[in-house]
Amino acid sequence: MKRLLVLGAGTAGTMIVNKLRRRLAATDWHITVVDRDDVHPYQPGYLFLPFGTYKPEQVSRSRHAFLPDGVDFVIGEVDRVDGAADLVTLTDGRTLAYDYLVIASGTSPRPDQTPGMLGSEWRRSIFDFFTFDGAQALASALKEFDHGRLVVHITDMPIKCPVAPLEFTFLADSWLRKRGIRDRVELVYVTPLPGAFTKPIASAHLGSMLDERKIHVESDFLVEHIDNEKKMLVSFDEREVPFDLLVTIPLNMGADFVARSGLGNELNYIPVDRHTLQSKQFANIFAVGDSSDIPTSKAGSVAHFSVEIFVDNFLQLIQGRPMTGAFDGHANCFIESGDHKGLLIDFNYDTEPLPGAYPLPLVGPMGLLKETRANHLGKLAFRWIYWNVLLPGRWMPLPAHMSMIGKKNPNRTENLIT
Amino acid sequence: MPVTTLDGHQIHVNDEGFLTDPNEWDDSLATVLAAQIGITLTDAHWKAIRFLRKDFEEQGETATLRRVATVGGVPIKELFALFPQKPAKKMAYISGLPKPQGCV
Ligand SMILES: Cc1cc2nc3c(=O)[nH]c(=O)nc-3n(C[C@H](O)[C@H](O)[C@H](O)COP(=O)(O)OP(=O)(O)OC[C@H]3O[C@@H](n4cnc5c(N)ncnc54)[C@H](O)[C@@H]3O)c2cc1C
Repeated sequence: MKRLLVLGAGTAGTMIVNKLRRRLAATDWHITVVDRDDVHPYQPGYLFLPFGTYKPEQVSRSRHAFLPDGVDFVIGEVDRVDGAADLVTLTDGRTLAYDYLVIASGTSPRPDQTPGMLGSEWRRSIFDFFTFDGAQALASALKEFDHGRLVVHITDMPIKCPVAPLEFTFLADSWLRKRGIRDRVELVYVTPLPGAFTKPIASAHLGSMLDERKIHVESDFLVEHIDNEKKMLVSFDEREVPFDLLVTIPLNMGADFVARSGLGNELNYIPVDRHTLQSKQFANIFAVGDSSDIPTSKAGSVAHFSVEIFVDNFLQLIQGRPMTGAFDGHANCFIESGDHKGLLIDFNYDTEPLPGAYPLPLVGPMGLLKETRANHLGKLAFRWIYWNVLLPGRWMPLPAHMSMIGKKNPNRTENLIT
Repeated sequence: MPVTTLDGHQIHVNDEGFLTDPNEWDDSLATVLAAQIGITLTDAHWKAIRFLRKDFEEQGETATLRRVATVGGVPIKELFALFPQKPAKKMAYISGLPKPQGCV
């Protein structure tokens, strides 16, 4: 009997065990998945909790409901992976041996990594929305907020769902307008990037959307600490950004057990081959989803596309054949822009987000890099798709590889470094 | 890729002026590149540059600020003092390496 062990029953881990249980004979393969609890959150829903669009009960289900028969679900905290001995130890001392290991332990916000973030103002005037508790606490704070400086802030890249802070900013603008208090609020967007987004064309587009909404952008700002007394962000180059209400995305880091196991980089992400997701250290270890160091967005869509490639490759590998699938870094993300509209971006390792249509080139119905109602509806529909199609590992009519058909690349020039 | 000559060094650069072939780089070119953006190299600069070069050779990617700090041992605060305003970009430029992936 061969043993496949999956660490993490989140987006990637759940899809993988569903797909592989169907493809691996129960007589030959044991499949086990470990997670610390039995609550599967729909993380994209956290964006909507602060504005009361979603109720708490709409954003979580039990994990085991999405795990197929024939998969052992172990609830426990992973303490360490011993890659040389093919053994995983849990914090309660239990051990799990494996022939193949998939690490799908994701990434999480770490407010403890920035001095002052967890100080006296935490959850009083400083909030995050990347956790359920944070998003709920922020909902209460927003209800009370009627004037002053609202600062949305990214600590450092990479973060999961890199467009989420922009979306939050657009939604906050729209929400303030609806309450008739937009002119009493100064909205500021603080980012370590040189502009609104990482890639030039999308950055210019999203940047002008911030301009139109009179949202001030403070760019190239890397926070060193937060001064709780003066309520301000202070950067490494000693710039100061005061706030009345701070919505921050703390530093995102991979799981600590990855570091303890000697498997991670400086942010606990696992170095892998970017096309096969195979660990650079151990040929029987893979890292899928947010836990790896691949240079593309950390997003559910990436987890989805890469799982498709991983599963086929894995079946080849265990038959002793070379892995022929190559993940291209394909990501697509909806961007809520407020007032029931949204944008969609589609990109991969080599091609930045461009205007065009999705999923059918030239036809759509979704428009790329432009604000439409269809994109907003797509984003809302995604919650149903997530629970009913994606997690159970059902077939989705979306190609894993990105298409270039119908995309337009406007001529671009970049400035020389100054 | 445009070819350009800087102080006697013939180099291939991209449209932002970054070297496209890290092998065309050497210590004297670093000094010239640094001067282009108004920086005079000191030992402290060299510590960061040497780390960046070595790390790129091993990892195939330009180190981020956090990596230079945690693995290379030069605190972020110091990097901002050495390479003002845009330390990640400036360090890569002087070290003849690609601009660090503005992680998507
Ligand atoms: C606010 C927000 C909005 C988002 N919006 C979008 C969106 O619109 N579109 C999109 O595509 N993506 C979005 N995402 C990102 C998406 O949710 C993640 O990229 C995706 O869930 C990654 O899947 P994963 O399996 O790698 O990690 P996760 O789903 O996070 O799963 C990791 C699992 O590992 C478990 N784990 C970790 N460490 C241990 C341990 N030591 N022991 C036991 N278990 C452990 C965790 O409990 C968790 O269940 C959003 C994320 C956030 C926070």
